[in-house]
Amino acid sequence: MTSPAPSPSRGAPAPGLGRPIVDARGLWKRYGPLAVLKGVDLSVAERELVFIIGPSGSGKSTLLRCLNRLEEPDDGSIHVDGIELLSPRTDINAARRRIGMVFQSFNLYPHMTARQNVMLALRKVLRQDRAQAEAVAARALERVGLAERMDHFPAQLSGGQQQRVAIARAIALEPRVMLFDEPTSALDPELVGGVLNVMRELRQDGMTMVVVSHEMAFARAAADRVVFMADGEKLEEGPPAQIFGEPRHERTRAFIRQIDRH
Amino acid sequence: MGGFENFLFSFFNLKVMATYLPLIAQGLGLTIVLALLIVVSGLALGLGLAMLRACGIRPLNWLIIFTVDLFRALPPLVIIVLLFFGLPAMGLGMSSFAATWLSLTLVLMAFAEEIYWAGITAVPKGQWEAARSTGLGFFQTLRLVVLPQALRITIPPLTNRTIAITKGTALGSVVGVAEILGASQSAMSFSANPSPLTLGAIAYLVLFIPVVALGRWVETRFAWKR
Ligand SMILES: Nc1ncnc2c1ncn2[C@@H]1O[C@H](COP(=O)(O)OP(=O)(O)OP(=O)(O)O)[C@@H](O)[C@H]1O
Ligand SMILES: [Mg+2]
Repeated sequence: MTSPAPSPSRGAPAPGLGRPIVDARGLWKRYGPLAVLKGVDLSVAERELVFIIGPSGSGKSTLLRCLNRLEEPDDGSIHVDGIELLSPRTDINAARRRIGMVFQSFNLYPHMTARQNVMLALRKVLRQDRAQAEAVAARALERVGLAERMDHFPAQLSGGQQQRVAIARAIALEPRVMLFDEPTSALDPELVGGVLNVMRELRQDGMTMVVVSHEMAFARAAADRVVFMADGEKLEEGPPAQIFGEPRHERTRAFIRQIDRH
Repeated sequence: MGGFENFLFSFFNLKVMATYLPLIAQGLGLTIVLALLIVVSGLALGLGLAMLRACGIRPLNWLIIFTVDLFRALPPLVIIVLLFFGLPAMGLGMSSFAATWLSLTLVLMAFAEEIYWAGITAVPKGQWEAARSTGLGFFQTLRLVVLPQALRITIPPLTNRTIAITKGTALGSVVGVAEILGASQSAMSFSANPSPLTLGAIAYLVLFIPVVALGRWVETRFAWKR
């Protein structure tokens, strides 16, 4: 493992974790007159699992999507694994293969089988030959418990299985960090567990993860740090015990009370 | 002669039909060549324009939309006549065959572009985002992820439009292309009997029924479970 680097002043990762993999500073994003991100900092250490919570419209998805430049911030800087993401000289496609993303709506390619979904970027981005890509895809699908379903099309899979294929598609590229945007929100309750189990295993394998989700029990059990966002700002952050147990801000307290009631 | 016999003599005169069968068969051949050229170039150009439009370059898109609307608004016969009689006035002579081919190609291109474009925009944004997030480039995503889904839903309207426009090859008869209708009309005036028109109609059926069937087959082949 790499030696821990001095952590930045704001948005610092929890102590005892590796060097920062994601380091975003002063992110601004506006849609017309509406400022959705107002100078947000976020630093994520190697192997850290950061949970982002907050009310609807607070900018959680926007923040996450800035981290692989699906959304272009108006101001600020983002480093991922040492790459300056917002620099015009950066090859964004090369950078993105180090940043896996999982979406609320799975977004599997419906015209391809599970295995083909995973293989596409292996073949076209990593330029692996067919045999190698097939083997890598098979291993990734095994990791998410879908070895038996490799040749199924997305429509032949349950929502939970589809989301696990989407996770396999991302991890097959061996990203340095995984971004999850409400990965279980579109799932029937009985299918949530399977996806969370896969995420738990990823974490045990040392994957760096940023997760936007309302799964508070999972956050309590698995997160290193919880970030609470409101109105485009990071209102507070800390270990789950602190954020859920003794939040400093009234808004955080109100939000957690409201979520826990459900 | 009774009315029915009269009808048979006029439209199913076997002697006349036998005499002019070779001429109309030639017309059929010419129609096939013309139609194939139009289908290939029209669909390819339409796809090219739709892909260009997907790049989202504003002034270019205005130009594409203007061109497409122009060729969708003008009656195909007007375009054929303009190209055949108008261009030579500007010193750009063109054979009747070429004028017909180019006109219908432009019309098919225009309609096909709109259909492809509708297909491309019907593919959810999440498909682009998923593909781009794995490091695929814009054109890779378009070609490997978006177009296969877009093309599948475009096949029924595209097939209908393609058939409608290739039937427009008959318009070539106006400027003297000896395709099916042109050949039938010549045969009709030589023989002073409309039976060749019956042959012509049969020739169109022989040509287009398989095309319709092919469209159906492609439609089922491109289907995947949703
Ligand atoms: N493309 C866009 N154009 C205009 N406004 C947008 C756009 N995308 C997001 N917004 C606005 O930005 C704000 C933040 O959106 P964002 O999706 O980041 O919120 P969120 O915290 O993820 O909310 P949710 O919990 O509902 O997913 C919202 O008010 C939203 O309406
Ligand atoms: Mg969101």
